[in-house]
Amino acid sequence: MTDITDLEVREGVDRETVETVQNMGSYKYGWNTEIEMDYAPKGVNEDIVRLISKKNDEPEWMTEWRLEAYRRWVTMTEPKWAMLNYPEIDYQDQYYYARPASMTEKPKSLDEVDPKLLATYEKLGIPLREQMILAGVEGAEDAPAEGRRVAVDAVFDSVSLGTTFKDELAKAGVIFCSISEAIREHPELVKRYLGSVVPQSDNYFATLNSAVFSDGSFVYIPPGVKCPMELSTYFRINAENTGQFERTLIIADKGSHVSYLEGCTAPKRDTNQLHAAVVELVILEDAEIKYSTVQNWFPGDEDGKGGIYNFVTKRADCRGDRAKVMWTQVETGSAITWKYPSCILRGNESQGEFYSIAIANNHQQADTGTKMIHLGKNTRSRIVSKGISAGHAQNTYRGLVTMHPRATNSRNYTQCDSLLIGDKCGAHTVPYIEVKNTSSRVEHEATTSKVDDDQLFYCRSRGMDEEEAVALVVNGFCREVLQALPMEFAMEAQALVAISLEGSVG
Amino acid sequence: MLKINNLHVKLEEEDKQILKGLTLEVPAGEVHAIMGPNGSGKSTLSYVLSGRDGYEVTEGSATLEGASLLDMEPEERAAAGLFLAFQYPVEIPGVGNMTFLRTAVNAQRKARGEAELTAGEFLKVVRAKAADLQISPDMLKRPVNVGFSGGEKKRNEILQMAMLEPRMCIMDETDSGLDVDAMRLVSDGVNALRSPDRSFLVITHYQRLLSHIQPDVVHIMANGRIIKSGGPDLALEVEENGYGDLLAEAG
Repeated sequence: MTDITDLEVREGVDRETVETVQNMGSYKYGWNTEIEMDYAPKGVNEDIVRLISKKNDEPEWMTEWRLEAYRRWVTMTEPKWAMLNYPEIDYQDQYYYARPASMTEKPKSLDEVDPKLLATYEKLGIPLREQMILAGVEGAEDAPAEGRRVAVDAVFDSVSLGTTFKDELAKAGVIFCSISEAIREHPELVKRYLGSVVPQSDNYFATLNSAVFSDGSFVYIPPGVKCPMELSTYFRINAENTGQFERTLIIADKGSHVSYLEGCTAPKRDTNQLHAAVVELVILEDAEIKYSTVQNWFPGDEDGKGGIYNFVTKRADCRGDRAKVMWTQVETGSAITWKYPSCILRGNESQGEFYSIAIANNHQQADTGTKMIHLGKNTRSRIVSKGISAGHAQNTYRGLVTMHPRATNSRNYTQCDSLLIGDKCGAHTVPYIEVKNTSSRVEHEATTSKVDDDQLFYCRSRGMDEEEAVALVVNGFCREVLQALPMEFAMEAQALVAISLEGSVG
Repeated sequence: MLKINNLHVKLEEEDKQILKGLTLEVPAGEVHAIMGPNGSGKSTLSYVLSGRDGYEVTEGSATLEGASLLDMEPEERAAAGLFLAFQYPVEIPGVGNMTFLRTAVNAQRKARGEAELTAGEFLKVVRAKAADLQISPDMLKRPVNVGFSGGEKKRNEILQMAMLEPRMCIMDETDSGLDVDAMRLVSDGVNALRSPDRSFLVITHYQRLLSHIQPDVVHIMANGRIIKSGGPDLALEVEENGYGDLLAEAG
């Protein structure tokens, strides 16, 4: 009977998609929360960096670390190698810090947070109360095996409002808090690991982030601990003309295990907004991190006006033997996406996986992919990338697989599929492969196809309308990646796939 | 049920007339067969009736229970009760057969203002109907038509037909590529669906299928037109003598 149960579950997921398609509207997270905000003065300079550090009550070493990054940043130039076209960004014409006025006095718990802010997350469907989440149904007491609890860190513009399930996680020895709190409360861990995967000088955007990051999440899983619940961070950009620069640091100590989810949305604005995040994952011996993202920043309107510029550096370092990391991303939002979640496979027999769905519709541009750096012996990596282009969008997969001389008997498998909807969009694949030993093997498969008229007609002849048919075919195309996501996320992602493609046919 | 009057159809892309004044009526509850040599326009007829792109109707009409089919989108025709069993069923990678079926069933129910089936209700029905057609649970789970054998694809079409319960079923060479056993399964499936308010239009090259699915009327189609209609014996005649005499007779 197992097969039938599985069937029913999958049914539910696909069902969701279809219903969503039927109720399709435009970007549904585009509303804005009216709230009093404190801003740092516009622009970035050493004083602003000091101010951000001060607002977070940071120790001197952290301020210095930021300043060092800032001094580096002013000597650097923005990278232009990506297949992205956008007007020059004026880095002095942005706010780098925006905090709800009610957050000036740090609330001790979520109960003390301004109800208006909490309502924002409620409206977004993010549970900030500590309860079971069962496939979207809240409050299930006797949840069956698939019923899970998810701890949430809610980041609003530049600050974290708070995290849930703190006590229960603490019992297991898990630290899950905002990065600003970690800098104050766990300086030894932060000092040791911050910037150890993505150095301050890594790239233009990461360096800017190192100087001005305001908040983000921090996770530490002690040796041998399997995190008792899924952890998640929900990023919301609300303030106008404000960049969000979050920093996430996750450390999985020896033999530990954690699944982490990340979601992002922003209001509809006519102007472009900057988002430059850095995520660092440290995975020690026999540990495993599963990191899933559903990125749904405002993509701009049908004419390409507004939308988030998303420049993100994400990297995992498998430091110990048999360490394992799995990146799964569903990138449907943002006007510009520049993002290459990478794996450094340093430990022997360590493993890296990257599953990606990138959808670009209307005038969106995405240049995304991964890097698999094989350093240890017998390391393995797998890349499955599904790029979907519609409207006038350009979608590029850019990936690097490198086998170090020392990384003997290592393997990589890359599968890179592009799907085109309509005749005004583009799909590009730019794989870089370097193999510096003779015992390793690298496989690369790529396909490009169009949504097939026969498939659409077949679906329509059975009663589905055109949008529903496209959503079904595209979800089929993405299936391998959707299956890599945790259940609740898979449902959200399927729905998003449908919504993102609204108006792409006909 | 289905009334086709003086239907003229050309290809959209090139100036080629395929149907040249086809007239045909299938009353409720009847099974009609269309036979004819290759290139006579049989598949075109099935595609035009179900609304596939690429054809231009230059003259004539086609109605289903009085409603003009030619003005409707393919999905509207489906909701109105028209079903085409494809000659070459299409593969949809990554989409589970069950998901596809349930989406289709509920899309039609929704279009007709009926309540959608829940997962439980749907499963119960689909399992029973699949068992009748010897479709395994595994086949229900696999992506639509991907890796299916010829016989499995055709049985799957009949399963869709059984689930969607159309009023007017068009079967385009459903017997092609079937072995004897599969032919019997498909025929049994079709015969089980025969009812006073459901009609069939069975397009085939061979009499063989018609010995399993007894037609009320057999039409011979050639050069875009029906050139002769008659009882089941007409199919036997074709089987024995080929189309030569009939074509000569029609000039």
